[in-house]
Amino acid sequence: MSENKGVLVYCESAGGKLTTTATELLGAGSRLAKASGEELNAVLIGSGVSGLAQEAIAYGAQKVYVVEEPLLKDYSTEPYLMALEEIVRQVAPEIILLGQTATGRDLAPWLAFHLNTGATMDCIALEIDPGSKRLLMTRPVYGGNAQAVQVCEFNPQIATVRTKAMAPLAKDSTRQGQVIKVVAEIDPAAIKTRVIERKLEAAAGVKLEEARVVVSGGRGMGSTDGFKQLAEIAGVLKGAVGATRPPCDKKWVADTQQIGLTGKVVSPDLYIAVGLSGASQHVSGFSSAKVIVAINKDPEANIFKVAHYGIVADWKAVLPAFTAELKEVAG
Amino acid sequence: MKNIVVCMKQVLDPEVPLSLFKIDTEAKLAVLPKATPPVLSPFDENALEAALKIKDAQPVTITVLSLGKKLTRAVVKASLAAGADQLFLLEDESFSDFNTFLTANALAAAIKKLGQYDLILCGIQAADTNAGQVSTGIASLLSIPCITYARKVELVGDRVKVERTLPEGYEVVEVPSPVVVTTNYEVGALREPDVEAFMSAGKKPLTVWNVQDLGLESGKTSRTSFLKMYQPAHDIKCELMGGASPEEKAVKLVAKLKDLKVI
Repeated sequence: MSENKGVLVYCESAGGKLTTTATELLGAGSRLAKASGEELNAVLIGSGVSGLAQEAIAYGAQKVYVVEEPLLKDYSTEPYLMALEEIVRQVAPEIILLGQTATGRDLAPWLAFHLNTGATMDCIALEIDPGSKRLLMTRPVYGGNAQAVQVCEFNPQIATVRTKAMAPLAKDSTRQGQVIKVVAEIDPAAIKTRVIERKLEAAAGVKLEEARVVVSGGRGMGSTDGFKQLAEIAGVLKGAVGATRPPCDKKWVADTQQIGLTGKVVSPDLYIAVGLSGASQHVSGFSSAKVIVAINKDPEANIFKVAHYGIVADWKAVLPAFTAELKEVAG
Repeated sequence: MKNIVVCMKQVLDPEVPLSLFKIDTEAKLAVLPKATPPVLSPFDENALEAALKIKDAQPVTITVLSLGKKLTRAVVKASLAAGADQLFLLEDESFSDFNTFLTANALAAAIKKLGQYDLILCGIQAADTNAGQVSTGIASLLSIPCITYARKVELVGDRVKVERTLPEGYEVVEVPSPVVVTTNYEVGALREPDVEAFMSAGKKPLTVWNVQDLGLESGKTSRTSFLKMYQPAHDIKCELMGGASPEEKAVKLVAKLKDLKVI
């Protein structure tokens, strides 16, 4: 096998554009490629995605490999894996970056096992070791209570990267690059998984991942009514409502509102944490928020070690006045 | 009778208070006070519940596999108490909590050694590694598909039907068995053992296999290694709002947020 070189970024798209995660991966990949003195390439897989190649170039890719087939219109493991493996065979990258997204979480381990290498999941920092030239990958472990720096001795080194952990390059539409169309032999007979039904429920109002203000509740909210109060605050601030896992378990909110290691990762300007203890699992989902506020009656709650500002009091006593004042000031 | 294999990992208790959690930076592992017993990884308990729900509806055998360096019998036998039919412990000095490659290879070898497997259930990710790779590894080594984030699993003849969550919704897929399926908490919490299952747990078959029994070739070493492991410093000092009443504190907080220009 020829020597592995360069960084390859798996780019996802939504609504006719690259996802913000894809642009962040290209930013990270660009810095790694520069540190290694190698090329940054991107791969786009789907149907009707070739139009995004220029956007990938504008965000830093030097070459964009495109696999387009009607069969690839919606994400499905088997055909996407076949397409990605064909690209990896042709490009032979030294580093492959994917998002820690539903797709990335799926493809990265498959790729690692097929290629007899290792994948390192949910990385929050990446750098090239100046001595060994290997990729140093920092990721949370033990539910976010600790962090570990990992290295992979094999090539390609595969990493999935947490959303909002990396910065994209400034978009430069004058950047030049190459678009290479690749035909992947996708055998429909090899696809064993049949999708019977798919239902996407568009979130009403502001999307959690895009909200500049997120108001979250935990077990301490006690009921759906508690969350109605949070929804009122979110409404005034034009934000979204999130939750830890217990409220989802108890069906006070939808499962899609869960924020944390196995839920959504958000990076708002303001994160208001109400009636939640601040367990590492949950904190992992919002730690990059600019301003973190906590309202909890337990002064020992972990959330107060993570928040910038706080009120130690029962939320039932705080929220009515808080909401009224917000309406005055920000409504 | 169909055989459902459930892979359950013994882990350090993820619910332990943060004040008791420490990293041994030399060993690159977490250490908890000796009095804190390990537990079964929570998402793996959901996987067992998914198996039990299938067993509620049709006769199946539930085989639990648990892999570790040193497994606490009381902890892993809870799976039998909950209703599993047999337990295989994969125990060996060479095993590690953080070796994806070896763990997947050992579990796949054990599953092949069982002979019959129609459905393999695992949690979406272990509470210590948070990686979610071993399930895919098992599928890859057995050359079968892996369906993740299941909230409902059904065995329908020789096919497996899975309702799985998507970031903004869900989908229902169907795959011919055998297949690996990973479960989220939405399949339901593991039921409390009923008296009968609890009493009979001690009589159910328990087998212990090591790497020799599994016929694993040497060289199934980890593909990644840790350079370091540490607890990140918490350098944020929380400014608490002062005031004679919660209402006063609330007003102060709003003023502060306005000052910061985040509202």
